[in-house]
Amino acid sequence: MTIEEIQKELIDEFSLFDDWMQKYEYMIELGKTLPIIDPKLKTDDRLIKGCQSKVWLHAELKGDYVVFTADSDAIITKGIVAILIRVFTNQKPEAILNANTNFIDEIGLKDHLSPTRANGLVSMIKQMKLYAVAYQAQLK
Amino acid sequence: MAFDVQKIRNDFPILQRKVNGYPLVYLDNAATSQKPQVVIDCIVDYYSNYNANIHRGVHTLSQEATDAYEMARKKIQTHFNIAHLHEVIFTSGTTHGINLVANGFSTLLNKGDEIIVSALEHHSNIVPWQMLCERSGAILKVIPINEEGVLILSAYEELLSEKTKLVFVNHISNALGTINPIKKIIEKAHAIGAAVLIDGAQSCSHIKPDLIDLDVDFYVTSAHKMCGPTGVGILYGKEDWLRKMPPYQGGGEMIKEVTFEKTTYADLPHKFEAGTPNICGGIAFGAAIDYLNSIGFNAIAAHEKMLLDYATKELLAIEGLKIYGTGSEKTSVISFNIDGIHPYDIGTIIDKLGIAVRTGHHCAQPIMDYFNIPGTVRASFSFYNTIEEVDSLVQGVIKAKLMLT
Repeated sequence: MTIEEIQKELIDEFSLFDDWMQKYEYMIELGKTLPIIDPKLKTDDRLIKGCQSKVWLHAELKGDYVVFTADSDAIITKGIVAILIRVFTNQKPEAILNANTNFIDEIGLKDHLSPTRANGLVSMIKQMKLYAVAYQAQLK
Repeated sequence: MAFDVQKIRNDFPILQRKVNGYPLVYLDNAATSQKPQVVIDCIVDYYSNYNANIHRGVHTLSQEATDAYEMARKKIQTHFNIAHLHEVIFTSGTTHGINLVANGFSTLLNKGDEIIVSALEHHSNIVPWQMLCERSGAILKVIPINEEGVLILSAYEELLSEKTKLVFVNHISNALGTINPIKKIIEKAHAIGAAVLIDGAQSCSHIKPDLIDLDVDFYVTSAHKMCGPTGVGILYGKEDWLRKMPPYQGGGEMIKEVTFEKTTYADLPHKFEAGTPNICGGIAFGAAIDYLNSIGFNAIAAHEKMLLDYATKELLAIEGLKIYGTGSEKTSVISFNIDGIHPYDIGTIIDKLGIAVRTGHHCAQPIMDYFNIPGTVRASFSFYNTIEEVDSLVQGVIKAKLMLT
């Protein structure tokens, strides 16, 4: 699936809920599907700055595709990072770099996931794109 | 006069609003207080009727603004029981006051001198002293805490020596709410000739400190924690110290005479008040002090104690909930966690219910490291909070726990 298709899928899934509690409960459920980072890789250099909770993010290149794994000590943050990984994992670096992230507004979590919130959403996206830049250079 | 919390709440326009569809339950008072209408009116009145620069204009507006600003200084002197008016220095807030003293002492300390801070400090009362130690070669020592989040006084006494020049402690811990025995701390420091700075950022909304009685050398606080505006606060310093310390910033207002060869400095308090100050903020700080005194600090303390006791009892009834900061002397702050749940998750869920609390390390990472936790949820109550709001908090936390486990 392309990044756009996955984003569309997420928007459809979240449109089923009409109140914030259901959305949060679903996000918490999604957190449980997070591809968990190898505990050995939970090192300080893989921590994302700017989050109130701890988020470890790891990326590796498999063929032409970037594969992300992560973990967090907070459940809601785990849900946020799970959503992002679902969108960006197993994609080519170029696709990750070109992707826009408007879907966050469209799934109705804009208020909760806006850049001024202390959840580190923006830092997570930035870090994923930085990995994509590095792997793009490596592939060339 | 009987304490009528509903009547008091009508003084605060913001308390009438809704957040995320729920009535606002504002329990982040340790971060900043809300403002009563009289303070808001004072700000509007200043800018509407007598805004002018102070201390130098010959015109009427300037004189009116100067009078109001100096009247506020006088109110602050009376409120804190300060010996001399010129010992009241207006600052931009607590952090500014601390940095001003740290800077002043950089020329008064020698290599090997020791300064003591407590393990309960806010980062703003740690970092300036670390910077001072780097500049002066002085050594920083730390008073440890026990499991109740209370300073270990015997350890403090052991740290004191003839090398100790300065001691810095907060009056009340922002992260835990512990009230520190500052009078004892000051007496013991003075016995060996060290000066003491007390950070009053968290205390002055709950307690009316008597600075003559405390015999403290420096006391700093911020207006915004006391129903006043942000960006203004005070440094109290004993006259002798203020004369010994060099000016912090150069500029207008703080000079007597300027030539390119030499500048002589203005007398106290203006020596430390370079540039155009926060005139409106200073005047509104005075209005806030009047407002707090009209309610009365005894009434404030009694109401807040009632809220603290009730909230402590109700929160502890939630299984797995642990409170950090359990000393007998504490103010209306409850820092807590629920077993297995990150404080950020709880804060996020209850915000959706209109409840404002703080989550995280509260700019006091050493305390969190001591308890080996990433942070806490902190609910801090003010005199305008109600029993019903405590109930909302407790229900919110129970709901969050259900969602998160």
